[in-house]
Amino acid sequence: MKVLLAKIGLDGHDRGVKAVRDALINAGIDIVYIGLHKTPEEIVEAAIKEKVDVIGISSMTGAHIVIFTRVFELLKEKGIKPPVFAGGIVPDEDIVILKEMGVKAIFQPGTELDEIVESVKALAKR
Amino acid sequence: MDGKEYKPKLTNLSNIEIKQVYTPEHVKDIDYAKEIGVPGEFPFTRGIYPTMYRGRLWTMRQFAGFGTPEDTNRRFKYLLEHGETGLSTAFDMPTLMGYDSDSPRALGEVGVCGVAIDTIDDMDALFEGIPLDKVTVSMTINAPAAILFAMYIGIAEKRGISLDKIGGTIQNDMLKEYIAQKEWIFPPAPSLRLITDTIEYSARNLPKWHPVSISGYHIREAGSTAVQELAFTLYDGLTYVEEAVQRGLNIDEFAPRLSFFFNAHNDFFEEIAKYRAARRIWAKEIKKRYSPKDPKSMALRFHTQTAGCSLTAPQPHNNIARVALQAMAAVLGGTQSLHTDSMDETYAIPTEEAVRIALRTQQIIAHESGVANTVDPLGGSYYVEALTKNMEEGAYAYFKKLDEMGGIVSAIEKGFPQKEIKDAAYAYQKEIDGKERIIVGLNEFVTEEKRSIKVFKIDEDTAKRQIQRVKDVKKKRDEKRLQKAMGDLKKAAASNDNLMPFLIEVVKAYGTLGEICDSLKSVFGVYEEPIV
Repeated sequence: MKVLLAKIGLDGHDRGVKAVRDALINAGIDIVYIGLHKTPEEIVEAAIKEKVDVIGISSMTGAHIVIFTRVFELLKEKGIKPPVFAGGIVPDEDIVILKEMGVKAIFQPGTELDEIVESVKALAKR
Repeated sequence: MDGKEYKPKLTNLSNIEIKQVYTPEHVKDIDYAKEIGVPGEFPFTRGIYPTMYRGRLWTMRQFAGFGTPEDTNRRFKYLLEHGETGLSTAFDMPTLMGYDSDSPRALGEVGVCGVAIDTIDDMDALFEGIPLDKVTVSMTINAPAAILFAMYIGIAEKRGISLDKIGGTIQNDMLKEYIAQKEWIFPPAPSLRLITDTIEYSARNLPKWHPVSISGYHIREAGSTAVQELAFTLYDGLTYVEEAVQRGLNIDEFAPRLSFFFNAHNDFFEEIAKYRAARRIWAKEIKKRYSPKDPKSMALRFHTQTAGCSLTAPQPHNNIARVALQAMAAVLGGTQSLHTDSMDETYAIPTEEAVRIALRTQQIIAHESGVANTVDPLGGSYYVEALTKNMEEGAYAYFKKLDEMGGIVSAIEKGFPQKEIKDAAYAYQKEIDGKERIIVGLNEFVTEEKRSIKVFKIDEDTAKRQIQRVKDVKKKRDEKRLQKAMGDLKKAAASNDNLMPFLIEVVKAYGTLGEICDSLKSVFGVYEEPIV
């Protein structure tokens, strides 16, 4: 299985996404990490090019609603449906909105790395 | 008593092993006069002033910013009314990255994590009714710092305030951006040139201004240990000093205006030792390298912020206690100014109530606890002095590695500090996951609870209102004057001239932040990160 990880938004808080990346790599999962400051367009383009099974997006800036809406629009346009998970600063009330949008799992600060690894493995199997 | 302890090995957050008890044996190699000394004198281990808080309390400076300039102006006035003594500005992500509010890259981020500033008019509105010659203003801005500095100078001139009366700080520390905070525009060489331009310009025109706030805060937030925070930050600082000296500035012309910015994390004594070690190392290194005449050139001043990354989302009220302990460490470590985090910051920008509690925490430490009554009350503690020495040795070990790599820029290009920090962050997370470190309410003493605090929301119209402002400014400006100023700036960027006068002219001609950054990008190029 292959997982794309990206950090959206203009901020540089990549501590979380890198810890998740390293935990997934240590669990034997193939990771494509495309780095910081990525736009929805760049993320979806990379997902197609790398033929990934799952997309993980880290968000810290509070722009998640606008940005995830755009990600799902683009996925639909391109006709691909990889499961998408999110991590970062997402208030509880926005979790409901993101899940309705189609985000399969959302990891808030304080989630154990092992829990994230297990969830991502399960997502890939679906 | 069987002498058994509950854990085989206790360590602080830098993984330094802590002994059962500290005695004169552990400090016997520390020469009091040479290494510790008197407060206000070299090597300043005990503090940079002889009287410290007996002379003047630290500045209570809460970081604030959101929405449009008017929104933040109201929050500033609220904080000043409640006894805050200095301002600190948070800018939104597009501003930090040099994009205007109407750029497609700014989608969803205008005014969200800070205030949006596009033009000099925004800067004017941000500080409307605030006396720039009386309140000092700190601005957390880095890649486009010189441009915002130019806007600030522009509004001071407009208000008829003489530049030598203006006190304040721009963070303007790009090395820690490449290392940790990661909001960059230009590559390291032109970034260092811009920073040196601001140092030179303020040394000659704004003698009360702090042109760089050399920051460990973000390095720590990215997951470094205390030792790494100390080492990388001081090494960055020495790099800026060397650049300025190479430019031809005398050390005493600018070094007294450099300041630092450190984190206050959970391990109380480790943090105190870190601040004390920072002062000692800085004083020794500046003295050794540049032989300054002014003792102020060797005195390390610093701002502290409590550790945002230490706050927990569950049981948010516990954060008040966490912040109080961290803030007390900063005070016992001799900080010059302090921001205390609000309990709700893992969710969003703090509410007014949460900010007020955070500010009150500082006031309680200042006026009730008695810790500010004497200078460096922990000086001479076997434990604190031994730890201070440990921190110093740890930092020097990193200095040696960085020297061997050919300096910090070359180490950054190799990804060295980035990797050290990433590995430390991962190890720390594993310790928490494995309950080797207990975080109350997070991995122990967990309770099922519904969130019990209100969360701050940004007005949904913010982006629309801000985009309209940029459009209005673009309509009213004199295009000819702007084109001329922008052309001159680009020419100057390609030469060795100091860019500050050119930037001041462009912002006065209503060039936007995004337009100026685009012009400079065409000369300087953009930074590409080595991913580690």
